[in-house]
Amino acid sequence: MLGAGLAAIAVGAFGGLLLAPPDYQQGDAYRIIYFHVPSAYLAMQLYALMAIGSAIGLVWRMKLAYAIAAAAAPVGLAFTGLALATGMLWGKPMWGAYWSWGDARLTSVLVMFFLYLGYMLLHASLEERSTADRAAGILAVVGVVNLPIIKFSVEWWSSLHQGPTISRLAAPAITWDMLWPLLVMIVGAALFSFAVTLTRARAEVLLRERGARWARDVVAAGA
Amino acid sequence: MKPRRRRMMAMTSGLVCLAAATALVLTAFEQNMLYFYTPTEIAAGVAPEGKRLRVGGLVERDSVRRTPGSLEVRFDVTDLDRSITVAYAGVLPDLFREGQGVVAHGRVGGNGVFEADEVLARHDENYMPPEVADMLEERGHPRDASLP
Repeated sequence: MLGAGLAAIAVGAFGGLLLAPPDYQQGDAYRIIYFHVPSAYLAMQLYALMAIGSAIGLVWRMKLAYAIAAAAAPVGLAFTGLALATGMLWGKPMWGAYWSWGDARLTSVLVMFFLYLGYMLLHASLEERSTADRAAGILAVVGVVNLPIIKFSVEWWSSLHQGPTISRLAAPAITWDMLWPLLVMIVGAALFSFAVTLTRARAEVLLRERGARWARDVVAAGA
Repeated sequence: MKPRRRRMMAMTSGLVCLAAATALVLTAFEQNMLYFYTPTEIAAGVAPEGKRLRVGGLVERDSVRRTPGSLEVRFDVTDLDRSITVAYAGVLPDLFREGQGVVAHGRVGGNGVFEADEVLARHDENYMPPEVADMLEERGHPRDASLP
């Protein structure tokens, strides 16, 4: 899955940066969407994964679900940071400013960034692992309220950030030769992030069960 | 009730309450959630008077007037219904052009002119190669960004 993801990212980046035509208004600067959109998309997907994992953990006390939530958090944080950074780099030449306070989309994504950070800090600061899982899990579940706000912020309120291009009811407002590398990038980023999350979750489970016989056996086998 | 069921109920009701509270707060602060006002809203007095606010719309065609030898520029921002004149002194963003969506930050002066200290370009959600844009224009489709 990791290999397929990296391959798709390579193909998408090649298609987006070299094959796709320049935009009629933005020229070549628009090509940052090939990194910005997949990052933002995965940042939200991983938050949903983290929150669902936490919710399952809270209700059914399933340790594996907690481990997946804890594993997803740093990956999601990285993608959120990437989405914010690429957006700011694009915003400076296009809007005329790196950042604009008051824009609902920008602010709600920044809130998600701090929710990820808060989850990780809370989780790391509590000594007892089950307490840490529960406390950070509640924070993750509470933060789910932010997801629809991010998604619909550009539709509910007037904003500086443009509206959705792909995920709308009408046909995508982008030509096919510009769209396909973006779709490949999204698939690649999804495969990559889920592969990294699963690898991290596996390490997390082994770390948590380090006292158990089976975990020692797995580590000893070098798998 | 089994503890698992109780936890599920607690979490579901907690989330429902939280979502309702958030919705209420967002509705109450709706005016503050708006990034900009349209010229029509300013003309109708919906926008707070004398306060700093943002006005958004399209730069009207043939309305950009520059003062030679300085960075001063005046242009009309329209929502295709009403328009307001914006005065600004500074560097305009790359995407600024006639027909383009812009957001100006400042306040309405006494003479009805919007004194801006920041002008940002607003990009729409359309992406296309230059050839496609030219073809659309030839066929009579306006190239302008539509209003949000």
